[in-house]
This record gives sequence, C-alpha cells and structure tokens, in this order.
Amino acid sequence: MRIELVKRPGQSKLFSVLSPLIAFGLTIIAGAILFAVLGKNPATALYTYFIEPLTEVWSVHELMIKAAPLILIAVGLSVCFISNNWNIGAEGQFVMGAIVGSLVPVMFPQFQNAALLPLMLVMGMLGGAAYAFIPAFLKARFNTNEILTSLMLVYIAQLFLDWLVRGPWRDPSAMNFPQAPRFSPAATLPELFPADGRANRGFILAIVAALLVWFMMSRALKGFELRVIGQSPRAGRFAGFSSSGIIFFSFLVSGALAGLAGISEVSGAIGRLQPQISPGYGFAAIIVAFLGRLNPLGIVAAGLVLALSYLGGEAAQIAVGVTDKTVRAFQGMLLFFVLACDTFIRYQIRIVPMAPASAKPVEAARGNG
Amino acid sequence: MTTSLTSSRSDLLDVRGLTKVFGSLTACNRVDLTIRQGEIHALLGENGAGKSTLVKMLFGSLEPNDGQIFWKGQPVRIANPSAARSFGIGMVFQHFSLFEALTAAENIALSLDADSPIHSISERARDLSHSYGLPLDPESLVGDLSVGERQRIEIIRCLLQEPDLIILDEPTSVLTPQEADKLFETLERLRDEGKSILYISHRLDEVKRLCDGATVMRHGKVVAHCDPRKETAASLARMMVGADVVTAHSEPIDLSGAPELLGVRDLSRKPAGPFSIPLKNISLSVRSGEVFGIAGVAGNGQGELFEALSGEAIQERAESIQIRGKAVGRMNISQRRMMGAAFVPEERLGHGAAPRMRLSENLLLTRHATDGRALVGRGGVIKTTAVDAASQRVIKEMDVRKSAPDPEAAALSGGNLQKFIIGRELDRQPTVMVVNQPTWGVDAGAAARIRQALIELARSGSAVLVISQDLDELFEISDAIAVMHNGELSKPIPRAQATFEKIGLLMGGAEPGHADHPEVA
Repeated sequence: MRIELVKRPGQSKLFSVLSPLIAFGLTIIAGAILFAVLGKNPATALYTYFIEPLTEVWSVHELMIKAAPLILIAVGLSVCFISNNWNIGAEGQFVMGAIVGSLVPVMFPQFQNAALLPLMLVMGMLGGAAYAFIPAFLKARFNTNEILTSLMLVYIAQLFLDWLVRGPWRDPSAMNFPQAPRFSPAATLPELFPADGRANRGFILAIVAALLVWFMMSRALKGFELRVIGQSPRAGRFAGFSSSGIIFFSFLVSGALAGLAGISEVSGAIGRLQPQISPGYGFAAIIVAFLGRLNPLGIVAAGLVLALSYLGGEAAQIAVGVTDKTVRAFQGMLLFFVLACDTFIRYQIRIVPMAPASAKPVEAARGNG
Repeated sequence: MTTSLTSSRSDLLDVRGLTKVFGSLTACNRVDLTIRQGEIHALLGENGAGKSTLVKMLFGSLEPNDGQIFWKGQPVRIANPSAARSFGIGMVFQHFSLFEALTAAENIALSLDADSPIHSISERARDLSHSYGLPLDPESLVGDLSVGERQRIEIIRCLLQEPDLIILDEPTSVLTPQEADKLFETLERLRDEGKSILYISHRLDEVKRLCDGATVMRHGKVVAHCDPRKETAASLARMMVGADVVTAHSEPIDLSGAPELLGVRDLSRKPAGPFSIPLKNISLSVRSGEVFGIAGVAGNGQGELFEALSGEAIQERAESIQIRGKAVGRMNISQRRMMGAAFVPEERLGHGAAPRMRLSENLLLTRHATDGRALVGRGGVIKTTAVDAASQRVIKEMDVRKSAPDPEAAALSGGNLQKFIIGRELDRQPTVMVVNQPTWGVDAGAAARIRQALIELARSGSAVLVISQDLDELFEISDAIAVMHNGELSKPIPRAQATFEKIGLLMGGAEPGHADHPEVA
C-alpha cells in the first residue's frame, strides 16, 4: 500500500478562504491536547491564552502593539514571497532599522524638533532596506541562495546590536546595564489613545502600509510584474520585466518595512535600544504572511491572531504555569496546519493498494462491453 | 464474461476498454487496440487525442483506471516500465532520455538491467547498427551527435532488449525527410523478422506508406480501426479531425520594390549554455507583405535565433538586427515591441503565457508597454476594464473556445491558447511578426486558422517570419523558405522553386550549392 497526493482538478474557492480558520481550529485542538498532556486543564489554559487578553482594554492595546510590527513585516514579506524571493532575514532587517533609525537620537541628543521623528522613521526604513540589499545583491549578481544569506545576516545584526548597546552606545547613567539612553519625547512615537493604553501610532503605519501594498499588488503594473516573475520567470522576461530588478525591488520594500517596524518598536513600545528588541517578530511574520494568504488585508487579520498568541503566552506563563516556549509551539503548529490545509486544497490523498499482478475479470468484462 | 478472458493466439497485444481519467478529463475512454505478430500498426490522432496516454499505460508509466491488457493471449498488469521490458515491450520516446556528457555505449549500458561490461555492449550495439542500417559509433559523445543519431541510440538501446513489440512515439518529428526514409527501411526489416511495431504519428503519408493497420483516436476515444493502405490521406485526416480539413490559402505575391521591415545582418551569437547552439553569421531580410519561413530540425539554433530577434537576448552589435530600417540589436524586448514588432515563442505555457494567470492578465503580459496609456494609466495603474475589453476582443476575433469568461491560461487546450497568444499580437496590427512554431501541438482547425491569419497579416503589409519544423506548414504559407542547420541559415529559396527534397537536404546539412550530391549521414 502506498499513499499518493493527487492534484485536484479544481481548487475550492470556499476552502481557500476557510483554510486559515480551519488551521486555527486545528491548532486550538492540538493545543488542548498539549495542555492536557502537560497536566493542565485545557479549558482554562485555552481561555487564558486566547480569550482573556481580549476582555480588557489595556490588553487590547497590548495586542495592537504586538500586531503592528508583525503586520508591517509580513506585508513586506508578502511582496517577496509572491515574487518567489525567500527573504527569511526580516528579523535582521528589523534590528538594523532600529539601529539606523536610532542614530540621530543617540548620537545627536540635542537635535530636538518636529523633524526628528519622521527623520528617524525614514532612516529606519533606509537601514532595513540597505541590510536587505545584501542578500538581494548576492542573489541577483552571484545567484546565491537568499534563504541562507538573509537568515545568517540576522545573527550578524543581532550581535552588532548587542555590541553597540554594551559598548559605544551604552547609556553611562544606566548603572552598567547594557542599554542605550532612553529616547526623548520628541523621538518617541506618540500613543494612539493615551487615556486608556499604550498602543502607539505604529499600528496606523501598519494599516497604511497594508493598504498601499494591497493597492500595488491588485491594481498596479508593479504588482502584476511581481506576480508574473514569481509564477513564471521566463514569461516575465518575455513580457520585458527584469528578474533582477524584481529581486532588488522586493527585498528593498520588505527590508524597508521591516526596518520601519524596528524603529517603531524601539521608539514606541520599548523607548530605547537594548540587546533584545524583538521576541522573534521577523520570523513570526513569516507565519503571518502565509496565514494571511500573502494578501495584505488578510495579513492584518493574521497579524492580530499571532499577536494574540504572544499575549496569551505571557498570560499563560503566569496563570497556568507553562513555559514561554508554548508560544513558539503554538506558532509552529499554526504554520504547520496552514500549510497542511493549503496542501489538501490543492491535492487529495489517494491510497493505492499494492494489488497482485492478476487480472480483474469483472473490470475486463465491463471494459469489453 | 468468460470470453473476454482469453484472446486470439496470433494477437501479440490486445487491449480492451482501457480507460485513464485525470481529474475531470478522460484522456483515454474505453480504448480497444489489437496488434498482430509482424505488423506495423499505426496509432493516429491529433495532439491531445490520447495517444501518449494510451502508450504510457502500455509501457507501464501510467496505471489504467479500468480495462484490460492481454499480452500473447494472457491478461497482464504492466506495473512499471521494467515490467513492460521484461514482457518484451520496448519503447522509443519522442523526447530522448540521454546523458549528453556520456558516450552512446555508456548511455545504452545505463538502461540495461544486467551489468555487462561496456566493451561487449559497444560490440553488440555496433553489430545491431550494422545489421539494421543504423550507422552509429558507440564511442561517440551524445552531446556531439545530431538528433537523428540520438534517435538511433534510443532504437538500438531498445533493440538490445530483444523486444517483440517496439513502440515509436512520433519518430520522424525530429528527422529530415531523408533520415525518415532510412528509418522506414529499418522498421520494415524489423517487421520482416516478425517483430511488431506500434507507430504513433499524425503524418498521414508516412502511415499510408509504412503501416499494415491503423487505429485512429479522437478526443480520447477510438473512432476507427482501418487499413491505411486502403484509405486516402484525406479520409484518414477526416477520421482524425472529425471534419473536412481546411488548409490555409496563400496567393503568390510580387514583392519587388517592397521595403524591408525586418533585417538581420551577420548575426552571430556565442552559445549561452553548454549545450546551446551558437549562431553563425545569419543574414535575412523580410519585406513588407512577405511570409518568410525558416525550416530546420529541432535544436539547430532556432530558439537562439528567436531570442536574439525578440530581444530576450540583447546583441552586442546594434546593426545586427533591424526593424523598419532602425538598428535595434541593443534594444530590449519592450523597446522592440514599441517599434511595432510582435513575438510568439515556441513554448506556450511558461514562456508565451503565464499558466496560472487569467487570459486578460496574459494579454497585459505583452501589451503593457505598447498600447500607450490605453491599458496602463498614469502611475502604473492597470485599466482593468480596457484590458478585459481587449482580451474579449481577441477571444472573439480568433474564436478562442473556453469554459469560463476569463479562465486561467493553463485551462485552455493547446490550440485555443495558441489562438489567443497569436491573436493578442495580431490585435495591435504589428508591422513585424516573428513566430516560432505557430501550430506546434495545435489541432487542425486551429492550425488552419492561425496560418490564414499570418498570411493575412503579411498581405496587409506587415513582415512575417515563421520558424517551424513542419515542412507542410512552411510550404503552405511561406513566400520564401530558408533552412537552419547547426546555427547557420541557408539562402532563402522562393516557394515556387522549393521542393521537399531540396529543403530536406539542407536540413540534413548539405551545402546549399551541392544539393545534387547529398551526403546523408
């Protein structure tokens, strides 16, 4: 007996839309089993994880804080993934965006005016884009595998940040803590509704970015170009589109958006540079991009779901007493189920029995009729 | 019910009710086929009629959904190609599976189950090649061999396994007329020795000349079993197509004084990859009103020439390619399109069209730069309504049959997609049209329509360059024919003076001036 994946003649539109929901449902079921095995009450654990964070205003603000970088990065990644460029290094571009965006407030603390914040955001985007330029150049020029180069550059960026905040950029008044000086109010991303929570305007940036990219992908020639090159590069060249141009474009856009997420995070949510500025947003955003079906509007919804898994994970550590690794486990299961559901939308399973090499008289007779 | 379990002893192969379903497509629908001992049996059908699917089931590469195969009177299940070989079924594929960097003998050794030493294989191959008139040096590298010679390796490889039934899939599609004649002699000798041959083709003259019996397929079903020698080419064609076959009609035209619209001057191109063909000093001139045909066996540089003409490969010298008198060798494909040129490549899916994109999007593929602001507006915003309207116009004009208003390209049959791709270019009235294999794998009705459209485009004052391996097609539509061989292009021969023999010799590499003393390898 063997199992075959047989391509379906047509793909169900309904299930294409439902697939992320089914994947989420399966993740919940698998999560319940996980908690039960760990000896926790699955109902309480899941409530703490996925419902409780939504019941209070402050934690909804926290949700937006977590969702903003995920959406920003994932929207950029969708541009890459659609054009068949596998940028796995958004985490590194996020860190570089944070570093370059912080250049002015850290090096020139006396520069304090209305231009400071926009300047920081633009420099953050430039930093992320410049860092993404490296794997793009290597791929376009030397045909290097961008998955490996972009991934390895993540560790370089993280260690560079670590060195900066322990060395040249360390705040002298921070009692030897490895951190850069706190940003001044002029260098801080303002809060959305200061009255009832911490959520900042980074969330607005994320929504605007999602809308712009959605428009580009669905209405503009550039989006068409990205899709053609991603689906059939030879047809793309025949159309007069440049493959290497698309490599640079998609990496620079996703790098800039990751960089914007990075500077928004340190300027808004954290308030200073420190060794750890991301709980793996750059990697979780890969899940967000696929969960959102590489559609910027879907990514907004998917970003909120993933943000919830971070918040729930924090709450569950305290209330249920599970490790923070369960967050990763949940995210992993979610990606697994999304990809599995997508596979079953395109293929069906066929079990082929290993029949003996003998005749089938009934079929033969029917075939002869 | 019991009668179906046995089969007449003189039948080597008896197939009953064989069915293969791919999703919603029934590629083979209750196919019956009988091949006697010592018979050359033709399997006739247009592209997409289900011939290849049937043969793959006979050779064990596909599993039938239903039906029964009897081999020498016994019901059998052919699980895989090696099972087929052990029964005594050998196959020569249309697309060869040879390693170019290995010698002929090494390639043969790879496919043999037993681990016999390579020099004994060489010897046996040499013996076989002598006795069947298939000249071949087993020590030569496959990469250096012509397509015809490669086919001989496949045939010898097949014969070494001493099969009772040899399946040949479109064997002459890669041969010159003279090489094909040689092949027929070999096949006849094999038949006289008592071997059976299943000969798959859509070339009716060959089948009439060579085959003792024929099974005709259309849309996955067997429509007739007949004796091809008692049929006419026209009656066979009618069985294949299901209707009378129309041919395109081209009146001779006086081109004296007509301006040149497409010119190629001493175009040379280094090989782009290890096995691609360098182009050597190619010159040609296509005038307004003219259909210029380029014949040649596949893989003699036609693809490389197309890329150079289209601008997918940009040339070093601008003057080497001229469109409307302007040197365009350094321009890219979009710039050349804006000069009024249009291009249709050989591969439909993945080159001429993006398979998973809708027809309207595929229209935009080659038209986004050329139609001014009609399709793409300010700021690069696509004008969806205008694109849809243009694509519906093409669909209507070329009679593209489809199942949905705006289906994905991959959902169309080969012929309908090709009509769309050609129509997409015709829709903007190109001044210069370059087409590679306009009707490859296209059904007869669509092919006639496409050919007629190309003639009409030329007669309306454009220059049309057609690269094709189908000599019938070139004779039907061209005003002059040149032959490509090994990266070189012969002088054009006016249609009135061109004969199959003359063109065939040039395809085989004979010097243009010495066509009377051919040396056919």
